[in-house]
Amino acid sequence: MSDLRELYQEVILDHNRRPRNFRAIEDANRHAEGYNPLCGDRLSLYLRVEDGVIKDASFQGSGCAISKASASMMTDSVKGKTLSEARDMFGKFHQMVTGNADPLANPERLGKLAVFEGVRSYPARVKCASLAWHTLRSAVDAKDEVVSTEAE
Amino acid sequence: MTSSAGIVARPQVGFNVRRLREDFPILRQTVHGKPLVYLDNAATTQKPRAVLDALMAYYSEDNANVHRGVHLLSERATQAFEDARATVQRFINAASTREIVFTRNATEAVNLVAQTFGRTRLGPGDEVVISAMEHHSNIVPWQMVCQEKGASLRVIPITDEGALQLEEYERLLGPHTRLVSIVHLSNALGTINPVQQMIAAAHRRGVPVLIDGAQAAHHMTVDVQALDADFYVLTGHKLYGPTGIGVLYGKERLLDEMPPYQGGGDMISSVTFEKTTYNALPYKFEAGTPNIAGAVGLAAAVDYVTAIGMDRITAHERELLAYGTTVLSEVPGLTLIGTAPDKASVLSFVMDGVHPHDIGTIVDREGVAIRTGHHCAQPLMQRLGIAATARASLALYTTREEIDALVSALHKVRELFT
Repeated sequence: MSDLRELYQEVILDHNRRPRNFRAIEDANRHAEGYNPLCGDRLSLYLRVEDGVIKDASFQGSGCAISKASASMMTDSVKGKTLSEARDMFGKFHQMVTGNADPLANPERLGKLAVFEGVRSYPARVKCASLAWHTLRSAVDAKDEVVSTEAE
Repeated sequence: MTSSAGIVARPQVGFNVRRLREDFPILRQTVHGKPLVYLDNAATTQKPRAVLDALMAYYSEDNANVHRGVHLLSERATQAFEDARATVQRFINAASTREIVFTRNATEAVNLVAQTFGRTRLGPGDEVVISAMEHHSNIVPWQMVCQEKGASLRVIPITDEGALQLEEYERLLGPHTRLVSIVHLSNALGTINPVQQMIAAAHRRGVPVLIDGAQAAHHMTVDVQALDADFYVLTGHKLYGPTGIGVLYGKERLLDEMPPYQGGGDMISSVTFEKTTYNALPYKFEAGTPNIAGAVGLAAAVDYVTAIGMDRITAHERELLAYGTTVLSEVPGLTLIGTAPDKASVLSFVMDGVHPHDIGTIVDREGVAIRTGHHCAQPLMQRLGIAATARASLALYTTREEIDALVSALHKVRELFT
């Protein structure tokens, strides 16, 4: 049970139970769909971007605790960030969960998102954590197609 | 051929699951520090020592290419391969070995029928009848050929419990129906479909029927002649045999009329650059060097389950399914998906407030291997209004204690998520 707690940290379980920003944005000007064909999880991501800054971010959809918490915390953390900062966060997050992060790089740069570090010990669950972020990248790059976790 | 069989029918007094488990080396291990509880048998079953030995013996002593060599090893390999075909023929009670075509798996067997029988029989306005509980492998091959030929798919609806609506089936059978293709035992629900009755209904209208037996052949006795199935497909790796070997049974009359599936060696009797004459059945459908070792391994698996007795296996699994149904139903917040009156071997479920994917990860840490997801049956999941289920599936070596281990792991899930 103890090692499971590294994956299912209290913060993650809390965001799963009460996902933040779980709504559509009426006046969103960026939108992307994420899909994980392995588990059938779907995610709609909405952004309101003004002058290159993400003013609001939200999501809807269904998924496991990891993917829901990841989307919830991601939407919280990208608010107020520029598009280029959001792209940068995608890169850092992706490196962290796939285990390619430079061990010397300080994880606190991802702030609260560091709770997802445990995912790297569960290869089957990396895509759950990264679905929201792939979708974010697609919305930031203003691509219209559905982004799939299998397209890497 | 002395070695590749290597199977001696061991006298069985009753059904001793403890002793049978000793035949499966893989089951002895621990995972994450816990004894392995393997409940993903609908995905693939584990292999008894008899199958592993048969593969080893074939490659150690008899390996050669089949059907062409005049040397002794080639004769032995050919004998082993054709003996395997005869073993499968007897196992499903086909009338002749000419009706047993070796494929890679059940999926390839369906594709073979779709691309040969389907392509020559289907035209604009024609219909293929399938059901709402089909695996993607019994949907997509028909979609592909229907799209090409301007034909369409008609889908037998299911009840909320996961049983086919047979009156709707009868209604779907019409003047444009060219083929019915349905699953014998649903991989996602465990439903056993009344295929004998459904085949008879189709035959009254002159419509041939393919039965997808990928999940059935290792849980119950299959007699293709008693069923009067026109085609029956199965796969070796779910039947305690190796991966990469499957079987298409087809009535000789139908197979004879069908064009070849793939071109190449072994499927011809003579080739000039002007004209090729195809080989006799079943070789017409077996282009290229086949999976000889796979066939030998499959035959060893068939011999293994036959020696135990399929009726005993069915009875053991039926008892376990009843037990599992009872104890899983008592887990708070758990709902079984697929509660048709006639079912086997599959316990599919969802839990309130916990996604199946999370269930799978957590029980894995307790040593329990189950499947989570849509089980390659996305249209079925849509029909049931769920994204995914968690699925425990049984085999001849499954014990009550393993089901108890699953239940106790599910309590850990609850603990973590509430």
